[in-house]
Amino acid sequence: MNFFIEVVLNGLMAGVMYSLVALGFVLIFKASGVFNFAQGVMALFAALTLVGFMDEFGMPVWLAIAGTILVMIALAWLIERLMLRHLVNQDPIILFMATIGLAYVLEGLGDILWGSDVKLLDIGIPHGASDYMLDTFDIYIDKLEIFAAVTAAVMVAVLALFFQKTRTGRALRAVADDHQAALSVGISLRTIWIIVWSVSGVVALVAGIMWGSKSGVQFSLSLIALKALPVLILGGFTSVPGAIIGGLIIGVGEKVAEVYVGPMVGGAIENWFAYMLALAFLLFRPQGLFGERIIERV
Amino acid sequence: MTINGASSEILLKVEDVSLAFGGIKALDSVSFDTRKGEILAIIGPNGAGKSSMLNVINGFYHPQQGTITYKGQTRKQMRPYQAASQGIARTFQNIALFKGMSTLDNIMTGRNLKMKTNLFWQALYIGPARAEELKNREAVEKIIDFLDIQAIRQKAVGKLPYGLQKRVELGRALAAEPDLLLLDEPMAGMNSEEKEDMSRFIIDVNMEYGTTIILIEHDMSVVMDISDRVVVLDYGRHIADGEPHEIRANKEVIDAYLGVSHE
Amino acid sequence: MFYRETGQYKTTYSADQALFPIAQDRYVIYAVLFGTFVVVPMVANEYWINAILLPFLIYSLAALGLNILTGYCGQVSLGTGGFMAVGAFSVYKLMVAFPELGFITLVLISGLITAAVGTFFGLPSLRIKGFYLAVATLASQFFLVWLFNKVGWFVNYNATGMITSPPMTIFGVLITGPSAPPAAKYLLCASIVAISALAAKNLARGRLGRNWMAIRDMDIAAELIGVRPLRAKLSAFAVSSFFIGMAGALYFAVWLGSAEPTEAFDINQSFLVLFMIIIGGLGSVLGSFLGAAFLVLLPILLKNILVDGFGTNIALAAHIEIMTIGVLIIAFLIIEPHGLARLWRIAKEKLRLWPFPY
Repeated sequence: MNFFIEVVLNGLMAGVMYSLVALGFVLIFKASGVFNFAQGVMALFAALTLVGFMDEFGMPVWLAIAGTILVMIALAWLIERLMLRHLVNQDPIILFMATIGLAYVLEGLGDILWGSDVKLLDIGIPHGASDYMLDTFDIYIDKLEIFAAVTAAVMVAVLALFFQKTRTGRALRAVADDHQAALSVGISLRTIWIIVWSVSGVVALVAGIMWGSKSGVQFSLSLIALKALPVLILGGFTSVPGAIIGGLIIGVGEKVAEVYVGPMVGGAIENWFAYMLALAFLLFRPQGLFGERIIERV
Repeated sequence: MTINGASSEILLKVEDVSLAFGGIKALDSVSFDTRKGEILAIIGPNGAGKSSMLNVINGFYHPQQGTITYKGQTRKQMRPYQAASQGIARTFQNIALFKGMSTLDNIMTGRNLKMKTNLFWQALYIGPARAEELKNREAVEKIIDFLDIQAIRQKAVGKLPYGLQKRVELGRALAAEPDLLLLDEPMAGMNSEEKEDMSRFIIDVNMEYGTTIILIEHDMSVVMDISDRVVVLDYGRHIADGEPHEIRANKEVIDAYLGVSHE
Repeated sequence: MFYRETGQYKTTYSADQALFPIAQDRYVIYAVLFGTFVVVPMVANEYWINAILLPFLIYSLAALGLNILTGYCGQVSLGTGGFMAVGAFSVYKLMVAFPELGFITLVLISGLITAAVGTFFGLPSLRIKGFYLAVATLASQFFLVWLFNKVGWFVNYNATGMITSPPMTIFGVLITGPSAPPAAKYLLCASIVAISALAAKNLARGRLGRNWMAIRDMDIAAELIGVRPLRAKLSAFAVSSFFIGMAGALYFAVWLGSAEPTEAFDINQSFLVLFMIIIGGLGSVLGSFLGAAFLVLLPILLKNILVDGFGTNIALAAHIEIMTIGVLIIAFLIIEPHGLARLWRIAKEKLRLWPFPY
């Protein structure tokens, strides 16, 4: 029983990491209707930049993080300026494919700027087994994952406040509801896009830090985006709570399956299990966990 | 006035149909019937449930209550494919053409149920597949002639002006050689000349092919001129039906349109 | 002045519905076919065939398949790599078990097996649409590659997990394995691709093609005029997977000679083929070929310029290549979302009016 709880808890922690990536997707999709396939590469790029600032320029952690945030904002500005602006009014699918192109660009750029070798990222986040959990409940949990869970919770709270309470947040929600209508009341779509891409750039940085601290900064980091996709189909593309809860469900489901089902079929099922889980779920509820039921009209 | 000598045979009978989305009632036990060969107009203020009614008839919406009797068969609900294969065709309020395809291909698609050859023959494009394409092309060309749209045959429909798109959409519906044609605001957004053309097409279809037509229209003079009978809906309820002159004199209809408060 | 249909009167619908109604287009096609089957095999050397022509033909076939699903029927798929793997492993198992059936038959059967698998993975398209479906097709990509990695039966319990194509002949000429003459490999692939392209073009202009496009452009209206979404979508998945499966079979058996699932059929293959149809042109048979040519040639060209021309080291050159492809994708989507095929059509239109632009 203890083992099962450990598996579930570890699944929850892994789920938080997925949620962090999914959150970036949801933010951009909500505000611009763009399914940003480059989100995972953005996390990689942010982590690479952070490591680069620390290792090659010898910056202290806080300065390197501030610097990386600035870089992510500049990147958002460039993406709007060079890409999104020219693709307004195109089909969502065209925008989606453009972000696949963007993923390639960022991947190549990150490698050219910072090199493609595996890098260690240590910004002083505690890691290793949590002694408290081990002593009190006899359960193994990495401190890093507890830290990640707390960070994610804080970030969701901040984002929720931002959306609900600030003027910009309200404008963002307006744009998400209806582009045309938002434009007609004088909300600048371009500013909104820069803001939302910046915010998800920062979210990507946080995700990059967590994943990078856990398993090193390397190309495979960009593949976490692929892990976050089933979270999106489960939670719905537009729902922040969906991203969180979807991430947790996928995390737990995956860990449980890996431990209890994996050995029976030869292991390494985590690559596709999450997709199957999400798909099976979709067949019963096509709009996702938190999506609204769509009434089609003609 | 009976333009076409509609028979007394009932083609479609809608009985006690109710449809709700969540808590909102779009249709509230509506009943009416359509005789074979007539032009029936459904009128009513915005949000009266007119389009929903058409959607129920061709199976896009499934009512929670009531029955639909079409060609003598009574059903709780229609299915889109069933409706189409039983000869119900329609046009849409907001044009629903296939924008990436040419006028010709749009109308050819309307004949899809008349075509049977399998994938294998189609890939080879010889024998039965080719013969079938040509035979249906001829039928489509007749419709193109009838609607006077020869010049735009090969044009992509997405770029055509509004009035022509409406015409192509009518063509696509006619291509199926329907027994029952549902027209959702065929004249919305048209100038009086275009309206006149469209009215002529509708009457011609009705007379030449004997097609039964149910149409939704806001322009009262058109409705009064071309329809044999009129059904009036208001807030999802059926409030009147009858011949145009009766409707014109009906107090409830006038109230619904002018918004007189009901004490 | 030379390219126009003036004076070419069509008196029957059958002439008007011909594949290439304009005479000059027909001459171009004849010239291309003559070049493909007569000139190229005579002049091309081994490097050209192995490094450029074979990948071009095989990717064209895969792109053709994906274009039917995504370009014509509007269902975005990211599972191309996985479906190519199905074709490759099918043909491998068949070649080992039933070599007497002949290579072409085996390739066709592999295509049919892939069509069945593709249809199965297309089932979710009935409930889910758009991005949700694109993500769902990723499931097939990951699952299939995992399956071929994990189940020893598919690789005949080879400890390395590799499959190697046994030698096979057509009319006594060797067409698989390292000692097969390149010209024979080339002619085989070119024939299969040419016939497939003709079949795709025929399907696209007939009833099935119209139904696919109707589903793509407005699925609700299509359903209400009697197009059955189930049949239209699944037939698109089947036909698309059939072509992709054959491409996978040729990719492994004729071009690579041996393959290993993780590397040869990973998700980058799916993206590569998707990029080909975007750059070439969605919903265009010609576009599938143009896109494949472009993305097969580009890396070779970049490598020649960077590594041989400027002496850039290979790792950096690879990064620059990735970036360039990304930039080009974005640039293409901005400048001409309909791809190279559209540019070709515009050029023809200009040519038709030349020298009087009105």
